[in-house]
Amino acid sequence: MTDSTENTEITSLATPSGDTAVEVTGTGTRAAIISDATTRHAAVPVQTRNARFTSTEVADFPAVTGREGNWKLTPVDRIRELLDGALDGTAYPVVAEPSPGVDVRWVDRTDARIGLGGIPEDRASANAWSGFGAALAITLSGEEHTELTVARSEFGSAPRAAHTIVEAKPFSDSLVVLDNSGPALLVENVEILVGDGAKLTLVTVQDFDGDARYLANHFARVGRDATFKHVVVSLGGSVVRVNPSATLAEPGADGELLGVYFADAGQHLEQQVFLFHQAANTRGRVNYKGALQGQGARSVWIGDVLIGPDASATDSYEQNRNLVLTDGTRADSIPNLEIETGDILGAGHASATGRFDDEQLFYLQSRGIPEAEARRLVVRGFLLDVIQRIGSADLEARLGAAIEAELAGGPR
Amino acid sequence: MSTLTISDLQVSVETDQGSKPILRGVDLTINEGEIHAIMGPNGSGKSTLAYAIAGHPKYTVDGGSITLDGEDVLAMSVDERARAGLFLAMQYPVEIPGVTNSNFLRTAKTAIDGEAPAIRGWIKDVRSSMERLRMDSSFAERNVNEGFSGGEKKRNEILQLELLKPRFAVLDETDSGLDVDALKIVSEGVNRAKETTGLGIMLITHYTRILRYIQPDFVHVFVAGRIAEQGGRELADRLEEEGYDRFLPSGVA
Ligand SMILES: Nc1ncnc2c1ncn2[C@@H]1O[C@H](COP(=O)(O)OP(=O)(O)OP(=O)(O)O)[C@@H](O)[C@H]1O
Ligand SMILES: [Mg+2]
Repeated sequence: MTDSTENTEITSLATPSGDTAVEVTGTGTRAAIISDATTRHAAVPVQTRNARFTSTEVADFPAVTGREGNWKLTPVDRIRELLDGALDGTAYPVVAEPSPGVDVRWVDRTDARIGLGGIPEDRASANAWSGFGAALAITLSGEEHTELTVARSEFGSAPRAAHTIVEAKPFSDSLVVLDNSGPALLVENVEILVGDGAKLTLVTVQDFDGDARYLANHFARVGRDATFKHVVVSLGGSVVRVNPSATLAEPGADGELLGVYFADAGQHLEQQVFLFHQAANTRGRVNYKGALQGQGARSVWIGDVLIGPDASATDSYEQNRNLVLTDGTRADSIPNLEIETGDILGAGHASATGRFDDEQLFYLQSRGIPEAEARRLVVRGFLLDVIQRIGSADLEARLGAAIEAELAGGPR
Repeated sequence: MSTLTISDLQVSVETDQGSKPILRGVDLTINEGEIHAIMGPNGSGKSTLAYAIAGHPKYTVDGGSITLDGEDVLAMSVDERARAGLFLAMQYPVEIPGVTNSNFLRTAKTAIDGEAPAIRGWIKDVRSSMERLRMDSSFAERNVNEGFSGGEKKRNEILQLELLKPRFAVLDETDSGLDVDALKIVSEGVNRAKETTGLGIMLITHYTRILRYIQPDFVHVFVAGRIAEQGGRELADRLEEEGYDRFLPSGVA
């Protein structure tokens, strides 16, 4: 078909419980920009998502006012030290069980891999880049499936910068958990290199002390026929902002960006996700789920998906669902989908923020399960639904227990 | 001898346009081991009766009573009713993402019995019930009703009926959407539950075909929010031939 400007179909779907869903299917030559912003954020993207200014130098970014597009939903006054101050960039204690096919070591700034994953797009990220001394490098080369937990609980409470490299060599197969806890006043860049044909699942768990503040940017580059799963689990900390961006750089790359968060009273949990379909025949899924409970519990999710001009036959879907458990919470959920080629298999997004599903509660109670326990089951199920997709029973059990603790409102 | 007694029950449903009366004085007594079939046209209030017994929050009881061996059921919360021995097999069972069937069944069993079942025996019970209902063992590890077909959901309801062992069960159109084989399997499950535990049953249905496998002791015709006539099995056959016309006020569909 030569003139197929009518062929990109955009359908708004009505789904239960206040969802908004948009699906785009079909082929055509027209570029489509679909933006779904809540009434509070009426702005449509002013530039293509991958055209933002980048630099590794903190001085190249102006001081943050809190009005910038990528800061306006963040409580910038609570993270000033990380935006402006000097940061300690030295090594910190790390606990990781050695295993075959896995190499964990400190490298210096001259390591050849640094900068291959991505370059900072904001001042905090550049401050960390300017300030880190040693980088933690995790190199995965085993073709047998290996699982690695990297426990980090001693970042301390002084302002700190960190840089981490996770490299999955071609055809390696691994699951890596960055298990973050304890005190933190930290800004970190994580570069993730997924080689051709590699399978990598990277889980980052934020289960910090109640007063911790943590900003992270993850930059992933996914190679040919590689499978990348990225999972953000944010539970503990005062301000936790994890912004993952993944580029499906080569044909056949598959990226799933998943996340689970549970915001309690006074907690700010944020994630700005960016999935870039650069190459043809790439498949992408973004699925984040959050629960909010207590006065001032706050979550922000921004999901940008860009399907570039060369990314024909792309299949992409993103969604964010929030479950509001009490009054006094606020969840912002902003999906953006930009499509620069008409030749896609399908793309869509959905966003929903809703109250508890009373029908589910009724069903469980009608089987004798008391209300409080039924609620716990439903919320746990709602969130774990994402984790189940990783297929690691250990991780599921561990996060299940952490979510139970959140629900019980117990000490963290 | 256990008895479930419904007297002059009046129920309304909360709608966006306000409260709408549905049940207009229902009287029905079910004794242990009895099977009562309830038949009636769409919208006559059969599911409303089922939900009112189970205590669904959307339905408000405006008058009348429900008692179980003299205990006031209406004063009980939804889960208390289940623990008192009431069970509702729903017309449209609910999907619960992220909660596996096996976890759900064990949690429910523990709640109903007041203690966790002995692990060995429980696993065996679940497995053999599933086998008898011709449910593949994978259904234990799938999330509750998620992605189940209509018929699979109905079997899952009967699985719960068998494992939780209530005293009275309301089966709301459990036969709808079942093929002949599934209908037989599900009916056998219901009959087994009745034989082993003396279950009393309220069987809501549109069709007499399930009554070939589950023998009703009584048949009630439900019209416009109340019981219009009662009889034995023969009444069901007559309804199948004649429809509900003679019960409906003239000029009303
Ligand atoms: N949430 C609701 N909002 C509005 N009307 C309702 C609601 N729930 C029930 N009703 C109305 O109450 C009446 C009785 O419904 P009910 O589901 O009890 O009928 P039923 O006899 O089970 O029908 P069916 O044979 O189709 O299952 C119907 O007119 C229905 O539209
Ligand atoms: Mg009904």
